[in-house]
Amino acid sequence: MGRVIGLVAYHVFKESVRDKVLYNLVFFAVLMIGASYLIGQLTAGQDVKIIKDLGLAASSVFGLFIAVFIGVGLVWKEVDRRSVYNLLVKPLRRHEFIIGKFAGLALTLFVNIAMMAVALYAVLGFMLWMQPGLASSAVEAPVLDEQLLKAFALLYVQLLVVTSVALFFSTFSGPMLSAAFTFGLYIVGHFNADLAHFENVVESQAAAWLGKALYYLLPNLAPFDVKAAVVHGQPVTAVYVALTAGYGLLYASVMVTLAVLVFSRRDFK
Amino acid sequence: MRVLRLLTAAALLWGAALSLQAYRQAWHPLPPVSSDILYFRGGAAVSRVALGFDAILADVYWIRAIQHFGGTRRARESDRTYTLLYPLLDLTTSLDPHFNIAYRFGALFLSEPYPAGPGRADLAISLLERGLAANPKRWQYAQDAGFVHYWYRQDYKSAAEWYDRASRIEGAPWWLRSMAASTLAEGGDRQSSRQMWLRLYETTDDTWVRNNAQLKLQQLQALDEIDALAAIVIRHTQLRGVPPRSWNELVAVRWLAGIPLDPSGTPYELRPDAPGGVALSEQSSLQPLPPQFLKKSDPKT
Repeated sequence: MGRVIGLVAYHVFKESVRDKVLYNLVFFAVLMIGASYLIGQLTAGQDVKIIKDLGLAASSVFGLFIAVFIGVGLVWKEVDRRSVYNLLVKPLRRHEFIIGKFAGLALTLFVNIAMMAVALYAVLGFMLWMQPGLASSAVEAPVLDEQLLKAFALLYVQLLVVTSVALFFSTFSGPMLSAAFTFGLYIVGHFNADLAHFENVVESQAAAWLGKALYYLLPNLAPFDVKAAVVHGQPVTAVYVALTAGYGLLYASVMVTLAVLVFSRRDFK
Repeated sequence: MRVLRLLTAAALLWGAALSLQAYRQAWHPLPPVSSDILYFRGGAAVSRVALGFDAILADVYWIRAIQHFGGTRRARESDRTYTLLYPLLDLTTSLDPHFNIAYRFGALFLSEPYPAGPGRADLAISLLERGLAANPKRWQYAQDAGFVHYWYRQDYKSAAEWYDRASRIEGAPWWLRSMAASTLAEGGDRQSSRQMWLRLYETTDDTWVRNNAQLKLQQLQALDEIDALAAIVIRHTQLRGVPPRSWNELVAVRWLAGIPLDPSGTPYELRPDAPGGVALSEQSSLQPLPPQFLKKSDPKT
């Protein structure tokens, strides 16, 4: 089973490379290098903070677009091209196909996020090398702060959640609708705290319960965002990272399971 | 060969498009770009729709605040309004409540008297109070609030209260307590002002603030030197009956070792209309000197 999933995952990764998805890394690198030069002229000594903010925000945006736009096509493309018929007659079970697809995109995202993290550290390292005084002026957090890795790690898990949601929609819907649903859930996922406290703004007990139920049902994405905390050198404990990542991985597993369920019941005759 | 032909064709088409654009602009000039647009007003609302991109949006507003301040300072005097400065700083700090330098810089930007700034020390204090509410351990904001009261409002009682408040925050340096006492006792005194700028110079982690503190320290030094030179000029006037026409007269009688230069390296000027007969050159980068000390520079008063 593991070998089959691995094969599907490998092919998803290979396809994303063939589709030039990794080209975004070049764009990211150019953006970071260009910004590191320009921002120094504009920000009155805040270049390190802004480069960190920009690097993390750009990783988040690029990762989100990859997760959504590739995620929504993972299953739909196979169905649309009718290649799914050829695949399913092979010794490949439907759940292995779905899990393999998810694992393949997870691998693509991992390579992307890892390379972006390396590029951000490289730019920061270069800035430090060019201006050694930065080390003493960066009072909130060190220039080459290992805490940044926590932000990248949680970002990656957040993207896994988004990927799983996109994959789930991809099992029964077209790419346009799936992308719209996924982006919608991404936005709602950042407003979840409002749903948790819905009883403060409505009088109806039923509506308050509904809000609370939605809070638990929908992905809660805001806790994955520790970008600002990390950049300001505020503590992000390992326990917090582990709990949030654990929630994300479990939520993604639920969505992949649901995707398997929907896909298993689809009739391709 | 085919690639080269295609590249050439693309370059030619691009050149033609650019020429057309330039031609059209010659006849129909582009409308001026207004930078006086805030886009959003409520910081809290922007923070809600930022979807986790609050920090990068705060950076964008911070850059806009700097550009607005710098651009307005360089504008013609009639166009200097600084109307967007506080809203931009408000947005920056609402999006990123831990944006340390936006509070500290922002307070200085807002306090600078017109035309170098909007002269809104009240808004500066309000910004710093918000900073303290979001970061209660940042004694530097309370120090800055004391400083704004001291330097820009000459309200020494409030300044002393803020220094005292700063000294009671955990981790604050010992000298803030003595600064609170000396501000109350010797408020407005040039020496205590020097101490204040020196402390700011030593405690800041930002180059701009440090450079600004250095400039103010040099201005205070220039005021002391003007006093000393004015005393020499008055003595010369009393002895000779007329003020010296040039510094060379004083150098010739060895009352001065050479042409006196201000801390920026520009020679001081002998000016009969100036208090004490000595003034900072208009070309000096130390202009304008802090107005609250200018009267004191006149040894006759």
